Amino acid sequence: MTTAAATSRRRDLIGARLWRQVALYALLVFLAVIYIYPFLVQVATSFKTESEAASNAISLIPKTFTTEAYRRLFLVSDFPLWFRNSVIVTLFVTAGRVFFDSLAGYALARLHYRGRNVVFALLIAVMSVPGVVLLIPRFLVIRQLQIYNSFAGLIIPLLVDAAGVFIMKNYFESIPVSVEEQARIDGAGAFRTFWSIVLPMARPALITIIILSFQGSWNELSHFIVASQDPELITLTKGVAQLASGQLGQGTQYPLKLAAALIMTIPVAILFFIFQRQIMSVTEGAVKE
Amino acid sequence: MSDRTGSKACRAGSSGIRRGEAVAGWVFTAPVVIILGVFLLIPVVMALWVSFSDWGGRGSPLSGRVNFVGFDNYTDLLFESGLGARDFGTAIKNNFWYVVLVVPLQTALSLFLAVLVNNAVLKGRGFFRTAFYFPSVTSSVAITVLWLFLFTGSGVINQILAWFGVHGPNWFNDPTGVGHALLANLGIEQGPEFLTSHGFLNVSWWDWLSGPSMAMTALILMAVFTTSGTMMLLFLAGLQNVGHDVHEAAMIDGATAWQRFWKVTLPLLRPTLFTVITLGLIGCWQVFDQIYTGTAGDPAKTTLTPAYLSYSRAFRQQEWGQGAAMAFILFFIIVIFTAFQRWLLRERTPKQPKEKRKPAAEGAR
Repeated sequence: MTTAAATSRRRDLIGARLWRQVALYALLVFLAVIYIYPFLVQVATSFKTESEAASNAISLIPKTFTTEAYRRLFLVSDFPLWFRNSVIVTLFVTAGRVFFDSLAGYALARLHYRGRNVVFALLIAVMSVPGVVLLIPRFLVIRQLQIYNSFAGLIIPLLVDAAGVFIMKNYFESIPVSVEEQARIDGAGAFRTFWSIVLPMARPALITIIILSFQGSWNELSHFIVASQDPELITLTKGVAQLASGQLGQGTQYPLKLAAALIMTIPVAILFFIFQRQIMSVTEGAVKE
Repeated sequence: MSDRTGSKACRAGSSGIRRGEAVAGWVFTAPVVIILGVFLLIPVVMALWVSFSDWGGRGSPLSGRVNFVGFDNYTDLLFESGLGARDFGTAIKNNFWYVVLVVPLQTALSLFLAVLVNNAVLKGRGFFRTAFYFPSVTSSVAITVLWLFLFTGSGVINQILAWFGVHGPNWFNDPTGVGHALLANLGIEQGPEFLTSHGFLNVSWWDWLSGPSMAMTALILMAVFTTSGTMMLLFLAGLQNVGHDVHEAAMIDGATAWQRFWKVTLPLLRPTLFTVITLGLIGCWQVFDQIYTGTAGDPAKTTLTPAYLSYSRAFRQQEWGQGAAMAFILFFIIVIFTAFQRWLLRERTPKQPKEKRKPAAEGAR
């Protein structure tokens, strides 16, 4: 009798748990649709005609499939130029940050020298300056240095970042000192030790820097706005932003604009899917950027 | 990224190894110091000078023809009643409503998502996490373009609203304030005299009550959509530190899932919660990309933000002094929030020795 009651109670419990599971999945799927659907609409609309984009916005399947938006983007607009500029800037910025951030991070973690605390304080001060405040100041200095309207002006100010130095510094500190002591005793200089012994061990942190720098410089907008006004130096973010605000064309042109936004998302999306696991565990350190 | 932060990490070794370290130390840090100094510190000092000057964009701001005008640019913005001051007040008002709505919404949503995804037996955990996080990696420009399309008059959002019999507004062209619309529903069309005749920052109290416009509301939803993924990851990291044993103990004591969340999980998440809220506060005062790409402050200046106004005052209208002054007032607002965050976290640091991965920003302290 008591065992029977217990079994039926347990069955109820299992039933309740099952229902809760179903409800949980239904909720999650619903939320996931909200998060994914806009991007699917974006892909679909980029293959629609302009009139269909306006009249049939919500559908995921174009009635008349056309690649006209892409054709115009690549053949009759400056889009390829913008893309090339973004690639150049991103590659230089990423390479620069990987090298300079790890170099400085290593010095702060390991080398003893007078003034280290000053550098440390400088980095902390710099990190608390909000990016938006820098628009006018950056422009003033870039013009003063006469690198306005040049790749140097686009790239050099972004070449290092304080947050990246801290990520590298913290990682180097987690590597046991004994690893490099032997090399130093054998007479290897600081750079040698850093370059061929410690740096290869910091691969996870380097990947973090690569992800953050790539994403940061690829998606950067405000710096490119103030650093040049040369049409030859327009990057993707700036070009697409001007396209969107109608500074360059007329009409709604939604398939074209969405195709442009889509293509500019692809490199970051690829990076995201390759390093997904890594990104999921590093982003907490990246929010500050 | 490790526990061992702080400057004590390197122990003194034998002096033979130390030789040349001073030189190497400076050489290694020189690029970072020079670039940050030249493109961050010096510019800030220069702009500070500009904010106290009458520089009009011609020639160098450091040349002899530029005059020192004291706090004029600041007082013009804060205490006068010219167009510049009115625009600035409006921008602050707009951004104020943006902050007031985005911060609680993104915090609540990201916490909710994190709790859902953190479920141990959940299948497809990775998929859901990816789906919620993906909008965070895309650029603000690309998302704004998409948003402009989704929120057109006959766009996707309004079609979905129509399924529920709701006639959606023409979002990005509608300057109607949500607050005023709600009051109008209650029959209050005109502000009472004591609200319309007094105000703050050249904006009457009645206008402060207008709330965000429909256009701004669309941008608010966009901010929640794009930031909730990042915040969710922060909460997930926090939840992993809470640990299962605490939950089991509470479960054995007969606490329901609801009670466990409010009485156990949330108090233990306090440090993360503070981080998320203050990061949100700091980020939300810097709205620029979306306005530049999407609305340029329109309709009827209801999406004007201080960051965008500072830019356009300087670069478009050549009123550099005023633009720079706005930037520093904004800086001041943000520094207050940053200091607030530091203060909160500093007080709590000894209480959370178990935290496994510290955010870089925190490790910097």
